Amino acid sequence: MTIAPSAPKKFSKKKLEHAELLPQRDLRGIVETVLRLAKSTVASETEVHVDEVADALTRFANNGIHQNVFEHSLTVSVRTVTGGRTARATTNRLDEDSLRGTIEASLSLAHSEPRDARLLPMPGRQRYRTVDRFVKATAALRPEERARAVRLACDLASKKGQAAAGIFSSGQSQTTVGNSRGLFATYRETHSQFSITMQEDPAASWAKADSADVREIHPQKLAERASKKAHLALKTLELAPGRYTVILEPAAVLDLVGFLFYDFAATAVEDKRSCLNNRMGKQLFAKNISISDDVYHPLQKGAPFDGEGMPRQRVLLVDGGVPKNLVYSRASAKIARQRPTGHGFALPNEYGEAPMNLVIGGGDSSVEKMVASTDRGLLVTRLWYIREVDPYEKVMTGMTRDGLFLIENGTLTRAVRNFRFNQSLIEMLNHVERMSPAVRATGEESFEMVVPAMKIGNFHFSEVTKF
Amino acid sequence: MMLMWDLCTNALDTAKLRGASYGDVRAIHLRQRDLTTKNGQVGTLALSESVGVGIRVLASGAWGFASTDRLTRDGVAACAAQAVSIAKASALANRRNVVLAPERAYVDSWQSPFRKDPFEIPLGTQLALLLAADGEMRKVKGVTLTETNMQFRKIDSWFASSIGSRIHQRKVISGCGIGATSFQGEEIQKRSYPNSFGGQHALEGYELVESLELLKHARVIAEEAAALHAAAQCPEKFGTLILAGNQLGLQIHESIGHPIELDRVLGQEANFAGTSFLTLDQLNKLKYASSIVNVVADARLDHGPGLGTFAYDDEGVPAQCTDIIKDGKFRGYLSNRETAHFIGLERSSGTMRAESWNRLPIIRMTNVSLLPGTWDYDDLISDTGDGILMDTNRSWSIDDRRYQFQFSTEIAWEIKGGKKVRMLKNPSYSGITTEFWNSCDAICKFDHWTLWGTPNCGKGQPMQTMGTGHGAAPARFRNIRIGTAFSKQ
Repeated sequence: MTIAPSAPKKFSKKKLEHAELLPQRDLRGIVETVLRLAKSTVASETEVHVDEVADALTRFANNGIHQNVFEHSLTVSVRTVTGGRTARATTNRLDEDSLRGTIEASLSLAHSEPRDARLLPMPGRQRYRTVDRFVKATAALRPEERARAVRLACDLASKKGQAAAGIFSSGQSQTTVGNSRGLFATYRETHSQFSITMQEDPAASWAKADSADVREIHPQKLAERASKKAHLALKTLELAPGRYTVILEPAAVLDLVGFLFYDFAATAVEDKRSCLNNRMGKQLFAKNISISDDVYHPLQKGAPFDGEGMPRQRVLLVDGGVPKNLVYSRASAKIARQRPTGHGFALPNEYGEAPMNLVIGGGDSSVEKMVASTDRGLLVTRLWYIREVDPYEKVMTGMTRDGLFLIENGTLTRAVRNFRFNQSLIEMLNHVERMSPAVRATGEESFEMVVPAMKIGNFHFSEVTKF
Repeated sequence: MMLMWDLCTNALDTAKLRGASYGDVRAIHLRQRDLTTKNGQVGTLALSESVGVGIRVLASGAWGFASTDRLTRDGVAACAAQAVSIAKASALANRRNVVLAPERAYVDSWQSPFRKDPFEIPLGTQLALLLAADGEMRKVKGVTLTETNMQFRKIDSWFASSIGSRIHQRKVISGCGIGATSFQGEEIQKRSYPNSFGGQHALEGYELVESLELLKHARVIAEEAAALHAAAQCPEKFGTLILAGNQLGLQIHESIGHPIELDRVLGQEANFAGTSFLTLDQLNKLKYASSIVNVVADARLDHGPGLGTFAYDDEGVPAQCTDIIKDGKFRGYLSNRETAHFIGLERSSGTMRAESWNRLPIIRMTNVSLLPGTWDYDDLISDTGDGILMDTNRSWSIDDRRYQFQFSTEIAWEIKGGKKVRMLKNPSYSGITTEFWNSCDAICKFDHWTLWGTPNCGKGQPMQTMGTGHGAAPARFRNIRIGTAFSKQ
């Protein structure tokens, strides 16, 4: 294989040590270079995505760091249109020959397919709301700082006779979309996460936080919370499977309901693979359930534009338990005679669009108040390995994990062996009795959301495991 | 290729100068072609390439890893220096110094065998096949969504280590599948061929696609998808279960493949993927399965062209075959150079794999396969007086120590008096891993054995997706809990 011995100076001015991203003028330069090169081809339209990531992650287990990684990558993805056909080619090589080759590869793919009568012209220049989620303190975080925070958490575990495992990650990314009709959109953000599992054999518990601003992450507090719950979980009681009142902490809520939201894609409804087929506008959930997709919410993250560069709109998905609106790409909007909402994936694709910035309206309760209000129920810290059993009734299966506690007469009394659940999300969202205010939550099965803790009646546990 | 070796050498030299006691470098060039159709239209049509280096070093007794796509001498040197800095930061919270099992240096070049390079087959030919299969499925009344896909990957990797290894490997991977969905009343049913979630994938060329005869099977699965609505509900009971090979492959993956990963056993995955019930005291003692069950982890080409087949793993250890379950007894784990000594091994079992140049190698399944038994398939069915045959996975879930699982499949067939008598919908089964494998009383012979590819195994933080292989032939299990997923109790 042939790789240029050095990238063009234009795009390689800086060194890697501080994990800096390219200046945004350089991203624009790459977009302009591709658009210029494409002019000398048969492409009638060209779209360019440039995505750059610089991410670091420190991983620990058994009270010590065992993995510690950094990655930098920059990809250029080109979509061309020729004769009513479109295709995409992607590279991470930035020299002009490679960029030219990527344009040609895209055209070659497009020439191989039948003409697509539904293909829309690319959108022109758009206006975007400014969102600022780039925090210098996060971008500048060094491996030594992550290591020191990890060491403190591990020291706490050692002191308590526990074993800590988890991650502390930080990073920055930027994305740019431009096309030959003059559209140009760019966005950068930082991200950080701390996640910890405290093990006190045979028990374990878990806590996690996520923020654009690493100063809002408090590793020691998370470690203390997980440590206390792990100790509480030392001796477990085996309960019979059945229907229980549960209090789901926010991470458990988001990991579960995250599986519902691809159904809010207009393309999923058009394809008849959505649970919302024949159910839009009906009282599907309880009246206390309202959900929106809102990238501009102060606790949300993500670019204010979609894969075609269309500005994201705030969309009210569920109002008072009634599914009111779907999200639309330009293509699905045209089919449904609606306006695009700025939720499309990069073209070409078969999935269309999805809401990715969910905000579930909360209440005025709290986990503590919910526990106090419960005669008999279960507090769920975290759910695991959630998969769809029935796509229309939206039955999900999965396990509880890292802290399941029995509530009796308003008090946590003891830990309980983990259960398997088989639960319809539609049924579940009809039995929400109380909610806390919504917070930015993060789990492991779904993307981050702004969700409340929920007290839910009649939750279906079908089997029990060995621990 | 010379340039790649130069970059690797440059990285190792820099790492050594900065204080690394060990280093290895993976330079990788990945090319991928993705094609999909939906309802007779082209969906995804994309070609991508990615090239970069990942550098792993030991310094101050701890690990550091950095990766970059800036493939200049300066870019790679900066990346190597950063890997050493990260390793020194790791040492600030290091519990014990890393000790690696000894391994020889190898200088070698290997290419996976294939007859037809999928990147040389015209796109038009590939799309025409998918669109024809798509069209065949759409002819069936009641089918509301049709989907097809092909994926091809060509991966060149250059591995160099500070002990002197220089290994080039080229792998060609192909995969394809089709699916028909039917929405009627208040029910969505789906059938897939030859497997769900992307079909079959293997370390083969385009000959894999041709051998699967997508067009021939398109009409059959479409008719089954539509017919499932009228089928009887799978009953809830304890009974005899026969699993088709494609479902058994995933059962092996989840309830044998993951629990034997030694990093998981040692707690290194406790925060995310979980731990394992196979604690170190179980080795050579636990009766994992019935005496007819033999399972190996085999990365050698002799085992077949699986997604877990290679010549060397990503820390330069040659492919091996390890007994996992022998005559029902638990015999082995998947290990690497760092963990081998925990189970008294002098050498890694060669299972370190990285998703790409920007990921750290971690312990992964290779081809974890159930060896063939002695039964002819027709004899197995006729020997089963009353049972349920389940085919093609629909959902899968298992707890974080790999004890309790639940699977559902797309379709099932009721067996009465040794004959398949009727179709059942919404099938599912569940159980405890060791109880399940100890209930196995029949495994079909090699004629019915397929090395299934699972292309989407997720593990690690940051997440890595890896392909694994699972050889399986249909097998029978007694007294299994059936139908729990749809229970309303």
